[in-house]
Amino acid sequence: MTKRIVILGGGTGGTLAANRLRRALDAEYEITVVDRDDDHVYQPGLLFVPFGLAQADDLVRSRHRQLHDGIAYLGSGVDRVDTEADRVHLADGGVLDYDVLIIATGARLVPEETDGLTGPGWMTKAFSFYDLEGATALARTLEEFDGGRLVVNVVDMPIKCPVAPLEFCFLADWYFQERGIRDQVRLTYVTPLDGAFTKPVASRTLSGMLQDKGIELVTEFNTGEVDGEAGKLISFDGREVEFDLAVVVPAHGGAECIERSWGLGDALGFVPTDEHTLQSKARDNIFVIGDAAAIPTSKAGSVTHFEGEVLTRNVARFLAGEELDASFDGHTNCFIESGFGKALLIDFNYDTEPLPGHYPSAVGLPLLAESRLNHLGKLMFAWLYWHSLLPGRDLPGVSTAMPRAGKRFETR
Amino acid sequence: MSTKVYAGTEVPVNEEGFFTDPGQWHDDMAAEIARESGVGELTERHWVIIRFMRKEFAEKGTGPTVRALGKTSGVSVKELYQLFPKGPAKLAARIAGIPKPRGCI
Repeated sequence: MTKRIVILGGGTGGTLAANRLRRALDAEYEITVVDRDDDHVYQPGLLFVPFGLAQADDLVRSRHRQLHDGIAYLGSGVDRVDTEADRVHLADGGVLDYDVLIIATGARLVPEETDGLTGPGWMTKAFSFYDLEGATALARTLEEFDGGRLVVNVVDMPIKCPVAPLEFCFLADWYFQERGIRDQVRLTYVTPLDGAFTKPVASRTLSGMLQDKGIELVTEFNTGEVDGEAGKLISFDGREVEFDLAVVVPAHGGAECIERSWGLGDALGFVPTDEHTLQSKARDNIFVIGDAAAIPTSKAGSVTHFEGEVLTRNVARFLAGEELDASFDGHTNCFIESGFGKALLIDFNYDTEPLPGHYPSAVGLPLLAESRLNHLGKLMFAWLYWHSLLPGRDLPGVSTAMPRAGKRFETR
Repeated sequence: MSTKVYAGTEVPVNEEGFFTDPGQWHDDMAAEIARESGVGELTERHWVIIRFMRKEFAEKGTGPTVRALGKTSGVSVKELYQLFPKGPAKLAARIAGIPKPRGCI
């Protein structure tokens, strides 16, 4: 008897889950990926677009072409999931029944949740680089920017790739130096966190780097309003930061179809999920991968890749009526571009914060330190993304569980 | 681990003053914790949030973030900052005797 696996979302998580499951399961299991458009964006590349280091067109490929033979692709929006009936309602009124549902609907930018952000000045003085449109428009504006106050602001956590706004600051410092106008630009990083980053050791290193590069740091700033006309950010507790150009990472929420699905999402539209098995808390036959999951790890492509192995195993075990594997450890691995052809690497999980040392063992890439090797690693990752990560292959030398070897634990 | 005395009862708290055993909290303690946290006199609006925090914690095992509070408690984020200046989620959690809401990564 045929069993149906439906995957909502053809981004990083949905694609790699589909390809891994296709290899792991017999042909009696039908796999269908649903997405409303056919544009798969290589999101790590968005950071480079504003500085002219990447072109928007080069970051986009067809979603369905990343899926292997034997996987069906359905180009349709999703209205909602009826978890009681094991049924997906499509935007056009059609339905898809499933035996197992995999939610890979990612995170959505919700700039309209911040007063004034999408009002006057939006896309002329205040931009987001978290989508193609914003990153492209910002590139044009940056080119013409010849001095003044540039503010990089994170509105609220969680966000995709929490290091990206810091990388933007470092690259902006490099970019204006290259143009010979760094002394005419005042750079400020404004964050709701109490430091440059969420975890103490990395936060100290990254704060130090901001300071060395002459980038001001404003912490515990909860943006309540963006006044584009007057050029200022206003926090909920009444503080103000003035800008001539604001690069804002808007608040994030889960997909709208999750919000419309009764009992599936939390208050922000993310799906409560077991952090070790990736099974949803709503129903046993629903699993979650990537940014859509409400689990205490970063919303990042590396996390999604590491989740892929555990998710595939657990879907197979669930179908066979076996006990699930609770081994996902929250492993995250991020290159942090720091300008001038260098980058840092951080590697951590639920229990271990980013520490200095080397990755994946004592011989390897330097952790939490700038190097050219890490920058090359970051550039190489784009190729690996399309050719290894999305096809659902393990990366050589990169294990799903976070390696402890090479890390300096005593620095805590 | 240290302890504090609220409403005549000694309770264990962590280094930031959050209850480590929410079961030991009761209504009478809230006013004292609020004064100590710089929130001042508690109004009925404060209590809407305090009760909401208790309920969320009982159901989910963690307190909500400010944004989640704004969406689900019936009190807007703006008003939350008026009620609990400088961090509604943290202050309300402390006054409601539940652990600090788990931060985002």
